[in-house]
Amino acid sequence: MNKIKLEIEALPENVALARVMTSAFVSIYDPNMSELSDITTAVSEAVTNAIIHGYGENEGAVRMSLSAENRVITIEICDDGAGIENIESAREPLFTTKPEMERSGLGFTVMEEFMDVVEVKSSIGEGTSIVLKKELGGEV
Amino acid sequence: MKLLSEVQISVHNRVLIAAPSGELDHFQSERLRAQIDAAYEKSSCKHIVFDMAGVSFMDSSGVGLVIGRYKKAAISGGKLIVCNMSESVSRLFSLSGMGKIIQEADSVGAALDILGVGGTL
Repeated sequence: MNKIKLEIEALPENVALARVMTSAFVSIYDPNMSELSDITTAVSEAVTNAIIHGYGENEGAVRMSLSAENRVITIEICDDGAGIENIESAREPLFTTKPEMERSGLGFTVMEEFMDVVEVKSSIGEGTSIVLKKELGGEV
Repeated sequence: MKLLSEVQISVHNRVLIAAPSGELDHFQSERLRAQIDAAYEKSSCKHIVFDMAGVSFMDSSGVGLVIGRYKKAAISGGKLIVCNMSESVSRLFSLSGMGKIIQEADSVGAALDILGVGGTL
């Protein structure tokens, strides 16, 4: 079992850093290009959500932990932001609370499509935790 | 590695051709959106073509960028065509269900042909 932890300030420009770290970590386990792209994209969605929905204009930190065990990559992304009012709605395709920012409402749809497991826990005013899992070399 | 995305904008027969390069995430899409909109409003263009050949990464923010420009073009009675999509970019568009509304083309030339303004670039 291998694990790294990362904490980034909730700034949109830092999502690229979260992707680079994810890509470097997952690359240790020899993923194919499609697996690497899927995981990086799902992380991009989750971290973006934490920053723009969790914190909005407020300051805060996004914590990530990445682990690998038996070729299963598990990534947890946590924030101490606003929390999600209705997780069921938030997971519906095209649902967005920020249409003025041209959010497409596809964040969770992408995570669910690209990862094997997407778990969401959230409490209003306390924050959100997303767990993403994918087995490398698993089902195509 | 290029840290900041860029967008090359050109005009061909009242068609605005936007060719973003680099990573189309939320941060970069917001930056490019302002540039594309300013160019579209300044020009007398009706249609928009997105050339995605230079996009190395895209998440759903990039889909939002294209849908937003599609709406702008539609208000002016124009169309939007996306071309040169990689497999992963194309997959994101399919997820959005926008494939039915936003047209795809294999190349910028093919997109211009669809818009009836083909010819040499």
